[in-house]
Amino acid sequence: MSVKPYIRKVSKSTWYLSRRRDILHMIDETSSLFIGVYVLLLLMGLRALAEDEAAYLHYLEWLGSPFLLGFHWLVIASTLLNSISWFRSTPKAMRVQIGENIVPGYLIAAGHYVAWIMISLFIFYVAGVFSVG
Amino acid sequence: MSYKTIELEVLRYRPEEDDKPWYQSYRVPCGEDWVVLDALNYVKDHVDSTLSYRWSCHMAVCGSCGMMIDGEPALSCKTFVRDLPDRAIRIEPLANFPIERDLVVVMDDFIEKLERVKPYVIRNKEKPLDEGEYLQTPAQLKKFKQYTLCINCLCCYAACPQYALIPEFIGPAALALAHRYNQDSRDQGHESREDVVAANVGIWDCAFADGCSLVCPKHVDPASAIQQMKISSTISWYKNLLGLGGKGP
Amino acid sequence: MARSNKPLVWSLFASGGTVAAFLIPALALVTLMAGYGHAPALLDYETMHGFASGWFAKFILFGVITLCLWHAAHRMRTALHGLGLRADKAVASIGYGIAAAGTMATVYYLLKI
Repeated sequence: MSVKPYIRKVSKSTWYLSRRRDILHMIDETSSLFIGVYVLLLLMGLRALAEDEAAYLHYLEWLGSPFLLGFHWLVIASTLLNSISWFRSTPKAMRVQIGENIVPGYLIAAGHYVAWIMISLFIFYVAGVFSVG
Repeated sequence: MSYKTIELEVLRYRPEEDDKPWYQSYRVPCGEDWVVLDALNYVKDHVDSTLSYRWSCHMAVCGSCGMMIDGEPALSCKTFVRDLPDRAIRIEPLANFPIERDLVVVMDDFIEKLERVKPYVIRNKEKPLDEGEYLQTPAQLKKFKQYTLCINCLCCYAACPQYALIPEFIGPAALALAHRYNQDSRDQGHESREDVVAANVGIWDCAFADGCSLVCPKHVDPASAIQQMKISSTISWYKNLLGLGGKGP
Repeated sequence: MARSNKPLVWSLFASGGTVAAFLIPALALVTLMAGYGHAPALLDYETMHGFASGWFAKFILFGVITLCLWHAAHRMRTALHGLGLRADKAVASIGYGIAAAGTMATVYYLLKI
């Protein structure tokens, strides 16, 4: 039986600060906030699109405001962080066994990266990024 | 062998004398192939016999000597002094557990949670002895072999931020063991473990911080076990919702 | 011990995370280009309106916006808990509430186009 066990207190709000991987984990989690706000921005674009051309053009102009541009860069940083950590994590959840062999995680991750590049290129193509003029 | 004097800063706690833990420094002549455990044994044998800590096999198979070394959970028998930076080595008992004495922690919480996940083969009906043993192909063994390697050292619990913040969390090792049995072709106890595994304090309190898998000395990868159970439990949940399950809640 | 109902929000979180990982970087670059005044051809009003009138495009837009909203709501719930905010029920209600409102708004505007 324990005589007088001592319980070490852990700060509920600053526990992650003492370790680099914990700080990165918290940054990773909060990156989802910017992705969430970004799709709300897209939703606002849908609203403008549903209204009329003037509203839509006003929306596109608004996207050009300094605050929105700065926020966009934050979104891009967050979403890149999200994608990289997502592709690193997926092999752990998706364990593929063929016969007696487990497919190495890096192969599954590599497949995701290839798909990511191809999907991104497809989005650019559909959006007309590659069109001349 | 050449010896180099190193300094250990060890967190002490004597329940009969101390109200709270404190650091004690020891200077140890350290051999070039020593592990941290060797340094602790030197202290115990030659400097201060009151220092208390758990150890046994000295070869990373028993799981007794888990402790915090420079802030990271590790086995002291597997941590070579030459791999640590050239300054005082901070040694503390495993994080997230109450301190019993010095480097000895109270493991009761883990033992209780381990029992709750029913870490043994469960059969609906046992095969009679004269029908022979349960046969298993190498492929079937491979499916769960990795998760059998756990030595219950509790380094994963010490690295888990969720266990630190939510003491009721079942935790990495116990959940990885539940997965080990769920994946075992001889086992039919998946449903009977699900009440614990699929509870809020089971897999759902895991935030996939991955600290557990990073510190595991046996490369069990409990994080992967938990994420795989999240997927299978989610599929079961939807099946139950749509009335396609055969497994009731 | 009661089995959790977290699978519901977790499945939305996992789908949303997958959608976000594969699609959002490219989308964000496209809208960034628009912000800098170099909006690609699709973002022209007539083209975009025509595109978004199709059922397939509506399905994709619905999927991207709503799944990412639920992903962010669930992940921020965990993040805020890790940052010290203990009021989990309140955080969950607000987060999922926003996601739910966003879901309904997306349906409404997509049907309007």
